[in-house]
This record gives sequence, C-alpha cells and structure tokens, in this order.
Amino acid sequence: MGHRVGIEVSLAVAEAAMLANVDVVAAYPITPQTHIVEHLAELVANGDLDAEYIPVESEHSAMSACLGSVAAGARTFTATAGQGLELMHEVLYVASSMRLPVVMAVANRALSSPLSVWGDHSDLMAVRDTGWIQIVAENGQEAVDNVICAFCIAEDQRVLLPVMVHLDGFYLTHVIEPIDMPERSEVDKFIPPSKYPMALNPDNPMTMGAFAPPIIYSEVKKSQEVNIRASKDIIIRCWDDFGKSFGRYYHPVESYKCEDARTLMLTMGSFSETAMATVDKLREEGEDIGLLRLRLWRPFPFEEFRQAVSNAETLIVVDRALSFGGPGGPLCSEIKSALYNQDKKPKIVSFVAGLGGRDITVEGFETIVHRGREIAQKGSDQEYETFGVRE
Amino acid sequence: MAKSEGELTWKDIEIGAIVVEPGNTRQYKTGDWRSQVPTYNFDRCIKCGMCQLFCPEGCIEQNAEGHFEANLFWCKGCGICSRECPTAVITMKDEEE
Repeated sequence: MGHRVGIEVSLAVAEAAMLANVDVVAAYPITPQTHIVEHLAELVANGDLDAEYIPVESEHSAMSACLGSVAAGARTFTATAGQGLELMHEVLYVASSMRLPVVMAVANRALSSPLSVWGDHSDLMAVRDTGWIQIVAENGQEAVDNVICAFCIAEDQRVLLPVMVHLDGFYLTHVIEPIDMPERSEVDKFIPPSKYPMALNPDNPMTMGAFAPPIIYSEVKKSQEVNIRASKDIIIRCWDDFGKSFGRYYHPVESYKCEDARTLMLTMGSFSETAMATVDKLREEGEDIGLLRLRLWRPFPFEEFRQAVSNAETLIVVDRALSFGGPGGPLCSEIKSALYNQDKKPKIVSFVAGLGGRDITVEGFETIVHRGREIAQKGSDQEYETFGVRE
Repeated sequence: MAKSEGELTWKDIEIGAIVVEPGNTRQYKTGDWRSQVPTYNFDRCIKCGMCQLFCPEGCIEQNAEGHFEANLFWCKGCGICSRECPTAVITMKDEEE
C-alpha cells in the first residue's frame, strides 16, 4: 500500500491534489507556497494531471475563479500564503456562505509589516471566522493525507463547505521528508466522484449569491452555522475511514503522552514536533507532562478538547500569533472561552512564541514548561508572555 | 415560492442560500421604497411610451385605453417618467401616509 519517497513537502502536496484528480487549479504563486502551484502547473503541462490550470492575476482572482469552477461542478484546488490569503479574504466568506467545496493548502506565513516570508500563524488567525473548515498539519505526511481527506470532507453532500489545510511555511513547505504517497487507485476508491448537487446548468436555472434583505439574512447565517458545526462528525468519520484504508489516523485533538499528565502543553502546527521532543526529554527526567495538538481548528472541537484536559492541573498554551491589544495569543483566548463555564478546569498559562519564523528549540519548550508551571503556581500580572523576546 | 421570505425558517434555506425558483424577484415589493407617487393627466397623453422606455424598474404597463401607467407594487417613485414625458402627463406628488 502506497510507496515511500523522499520528496519536498510542497511537491508532495501538489501530488496529493493530483491523486485527488482535481479538474481545476486556479492559483497565484507566493512565497512560501510557490513550489506547490509551480509543481501543479508542471504536472498539468506534462500531461500527468488532466486539469485546467488557470493562471490568474491575483489571489482575489484565484479564489473567485475557484468559486466559479466549483459552481460549475468541477473539483477545484488552490494554495496560497500570508499576504495572498489576506488578498483573497473577502472571497473566502463567499466560498463558505455559498457552500462551495474548494480545497486550499495554506503555507502559513507571517503578515507584513515588517515584510516577512517566514512562518507563523498570523495569516491563519486572520481567516478564523471565514466559515471554512480548517485543518492543521504538523508534518509533510499529515499535509498530504489531509489534502486527500479535505476533498472527501468538502464534497460530502452533508458538508459542502470549503476546507483549508494549513502547513507552516518553510518549516514544512521547503523540507524534504520521507512521505508515504498513496496509490492512485486507493485514492480513487477513497474519494467518491465529485457531485456538487447545485452545479450550474442552463436547463435548471437558479440564482447563486443573491441579495438577502434583513428579513432573511439571519436565517441564512444560522443555517450556515448549524452546517459547519454538524460537519465535525463527518470530518471524524472521514479521518476514521482514511485510517482504515491507509493506516494513519487523525483526530480533532491529538494527544501525546498525556496519560496521567498533570501538566499539558497545547500547540498547533509544525513546532508541535519540537514540543514532542521536549515532552520525551522531560518524561525521561521523571516529569509528568504531555502534549495536546489541535488538529481541527474549525469547527472547534469543544467536546474532544474538554475531554482531553479533564484531568490536567496546568495547561500551557503556546500560540504562534498575536492579537494586538487583546488577550495575547488567539489560540489561548479560544481555549479560555472553551473552559470558562466548566466546573473543573486547569490553570491556563499563555505564551506567544515563534513569530515570523523564530525557531523554538527543544530547550526553548523546556523553558516554557518551567516558566509556565511557575506562573501557574505564583500567578502573573500579565495576560501572556512572549517567549524569547529580547528585553 | 411555497413560503414568503418572512415565513422561511433557517431550516428552509437552500444549500448556499441559492434561489432555485427563477423570477421570484417579482414578489419583492419595491413599492415600499416610494416617497413620491406618479399622478396622470391622460388628456395630454400621446401614447408614445417614452415613460415605459425610461422606467428603470420596468414597471410601467399599458392600460385598456392605451395609456401608460406605473404598477405601484414595484414603482419606487424615482420620477424619471415624469421628467421624460414629452407632453407633461405625469406629475409626482408626495406619498401620503
């Protein structure tokens, strides 16, 4: 089953879209996503992928072209990063509100200014409320697997929502990893043929994206909200089916060595793997610590998350983005809201780290854990701490 | 349309709020927007149809006598017909409560 290759993660993500047999790719190149769309252009030009590649003049146009393509019933993929994601921002809401199942890989990148091409989650957080299903990968394998799952989830008749697969720019996009590439025949079996039920058809005219006066807008938004919340069960089922077919299982909240751990760290994205190495080290030294990683960012997995922290005394959340003038880390702020009404909850400590591509090492996470425990015991007059910033 | 907009619940919303019934904007009463209403002195009307051509709402119809008259369900009271009429048939008057 599958074959193991050493491949740059960006190329593997492009090949995952090829395995999913996409009909249309509309994309605009931007660092650090460039290699994904360059490779897709190559695959189409060389005849390996029978698809329409639409070279557009901007990300706003890329997403707009994707909407038209899905509305016509075509399986559609795109990718972007940082500033590009921001430029397509308004169209993202249109995709989710019109229930158009586009799949997009996002090579997470810090937002300007100052100009940075390196990875953090400021772009990811800025699109939090766009109504897209959002899955976060920690390594190349997870990015490949979840691009394949994303088509299954997005096009499920009960879901019909666009899906973003987040992978950290450079940390993942530009490294060469050993990746199990699934076989075409297996992916064909796993993803049902695309059948968007409302595809444009001159014999059955209808109006898409119409005007909604105040008398109907709330009802439309409520139906969208119910739909994305209900998608969680289908996402979980899709991951389960994927595991049965390919042997790799995914969950809304992933736990690592959390059994009986009184202290838990919570992270999202590629630096989770560094945090795992820290947990290994501290466990060897006899400390009871575990790591939670949030895989499903939207819809937020409230039940699974509350269950995962139910025995913890201290929860150290490490964000990779800032909410300026707000509560510090946007991830931690959601974690706090998810637990606020719970009778039993851990002490929550918030750190912001790894902004604009700043590396956090194993020792770095170790310092975060020790400082986190100290704050949990003694308290702090700050909402959060920025790890590693020069004072 | 089985239900009017005001009766639809969130459960009745089509996927992506797509409007599956063509031409249902006819049910949208834009006459509510009006603050002035066209009035007519048909003695001067030469039945040229200029008002119908210029009406941006497309709500002017020819009546049994051949005169052109706005359908007040859709007429927004913009007054363009009154301005364009070559024989000054149409006078805009304030809408009364």
